[in-house]
Amino acid sequence: MNKQQTNDVILQTVTKVACFIILLFSFHLFFAGHNNPGGGFIAGLMTSSSFVLLLLAYDLKTVKNILPINFIYVAATGLFISVCTGIGSFVFGAQFLSHAFGYFHLPLLGKTELATAVLFDTGVYLVVVGVTMTIIQTIGERE
Amino acid sequence: MNNLVILPILIPLLAAVLLIFMNKSIKLMRAFSAVSSLAAVAAAAVLAQTVFTDGIQTLYLGGWKPPFGIILVADQFASILALTTAIIGFATVLYSFRSIGEKRERFFYYPAVQFLLAGVSGAFLTGDLFNLFVFFEVLLMASYVLIVIGGTKIQLRESLKYIVFNIISSALFVIGVAYLYAVTGTLNMADLSVRISESGHAGLITVIAVLFLIVFGLKGGIFPLYFWMPGSYYAPPAAVSALFGALLTKVGMYAIARVFTLIFTQNAAYTHQLMVWLAALTIIFGVIGSIAYWDVQKIIIYNIVTAVGVILFGIAANTPASIEGSIYYLIHDMIIKGALFMLGGALFALAGTNSLKKMSGYMKTHPALGWMFMISAVSLAGIPPFSGFIGKLKIAEGGFTSGEFVITLLMLLSSLLVLYSVMKIFIYGFWGEEWKDAPRNRSVKGFIYPAAILLFLSLAVGIGTEFVAPYFHQAADTLIHPEKYIEAVLKE
Repeated sequence: MNKQQTNDVILQTVTKVACFIILLFSFHLFFAGHNNPGGGFIAGLMTSSSFVLLLLAYDLKTVKNILPINFIYVAATGLFISVCTGIGSFVFGAQFLSHAFGYFHLPLLGKTELATAVLFDTGVYLVVVGVTMTIIQTIGERE
Repeated sequence: MNNLVILPILIPLLAAVLLIFMNKSIKLMRAFSAVSSLAAVAAAAVLAQTVFTDGIQTLYLGGWKPPFGIILVADQFASILALTTAIIGFATVLYSFRSIGEKRERFFYYPAVQFLLAGVSGAFLTGDLFNLFVFFEVLLMASYVLIVIGGTKIQLRESLKYIVFNIISSALFVIGVAYLYAVTGTLNMADLSVRISESGHAGLITVIAVLFLIVFGLKGGIFPLYFWMPGSYYAPPAAVSALFGALLTKVGMYAIARVFTLIFTQNAAYTHQLMVWLAALTIIFGVIGSIAYWDVQKIIIYNIVTAVGVILFGIAANTPASIEGSIYYLIHDMIIKGALFMLGGALFALAGTNSLKKMSGYMKTHPALGWMFMISAVSLAGIPPFSGFIGKLKIAEGGFTSGEFVITLLMLLSSLLVLYSVMKIFIYGFWGEEWKDAPRNRSVKGFIYPAAILLFLSLAVGIGTEFVAPYFHQAADTLIHPEKYIEAVLKE
């Protein structure tokens, strides 16, 4: 960071495009997880890899300006969501972590299967993003 | 359908998550972790009472029937251990207020403690071998954080050793689970027990049993595998040592007690004989360590090794009396080691050193601390009105019944040396003239009242043996008759 900024026009321009493609692919992986290979873990890694690409093309400060998030709290939020999907079973009088699903008619998407496992996976996704980014940012910050 | 079983795991887990959000305000973190630890104690107590009146409680996670789903099983053994864990967690949280220091508190100390408690309770309550592994990892990860938090030189050095040995033992654990899964095709403990008694692979199963003994021996600190313990328990501050000394090795002992009474019962002549010899060597090396050192913490740490040997001997002798004695001694040792580490920490705070040669005369200035140390010392050695007595008595009874005269006598003799080692702390630390240039008039009130809670509990168990005996008897009953456990888990 204290060395002189090199001229990375090509890297930065490609990053601007590639970053969104990687993000989209990670969302695809996340939603595909129920019936195809994918899921919260790999999607979280893929999302953080797009952030890492940003970190490589720009520097820590710029990325912190773009994403002013404390990633420790992201991981904690993820854990909280996952634990809460289990606690929901207390409300409905079911066994802990019982899974429920149903078919709904959503606007635009039509008949869609919604499952509570997706909520659990959202927690996993956030934990993975939070933990990976915390590790990379704290190591990167050290002089 | 009984979600009560998961509460001793869920409360610390949820508390840990919420505590991460509170890391700006130390007061809020302290208050919240004390309240949630108290709630965990209450939940575990209700669970123990429910198990006592209604029998073994099970919870099928997600509603999947065993052996296909994950199951939590609370028999009396697991639930009194979960209760003891919650109580020790509560006392340690109180102890941390005064002793741990703001710098550590800011770096997620309280969440790490709660994660550790969640992992330990989970390891006690699970009914599935792979989940046991996962809960071991949860508690180990939290203990890695706790051992290194603060970042002093000795902590960095010892945490490296601690992490390396634990990673190796965890890898061996996974290998053991893989072998067992390859032979039997199941991971549910009750189902494993049934399939192993039906299968004919006696030789293979014995090899796997010894592998598990090595794994849990590394976690629990039995004879050739305890070498990592003295250094790593010496490094962190007293509150963390108390938590480690009271809980971590005991999870290893619980796992040995569980798998060698439930799963690996086929070739007991070989495996239990091996355990008897390992127990004897553990006791010998433990007492040698504890009488050799002139350092308060080191003496207490080597007493853990001795206690682990005694508990292992009770399990290995494999008679109803000795198994019941092991359970008594396990609970007693968890409580009293927590208290001893806390009192040792108070002594360190007073004297500024752990060396017995540089302290004396604290009886005059701090009589409460002195008497509490005295009581925990005689309780550790197993003097009759205190809690250590009944456990050792029953283990000795079982040892004589199973014909292990030499080792039983060895165990009884070890009590003398244990008493000598802790009395050495008492005599050199508390008797005599006051040390001239020692820092004076420091209040240790915050240090001794959490220890007082544990000591009171220990006294209650010792004097009120008649009252607690039915619980312990029921706990031993499911270990001696594993078919009750299997029936509770695999019932239709």
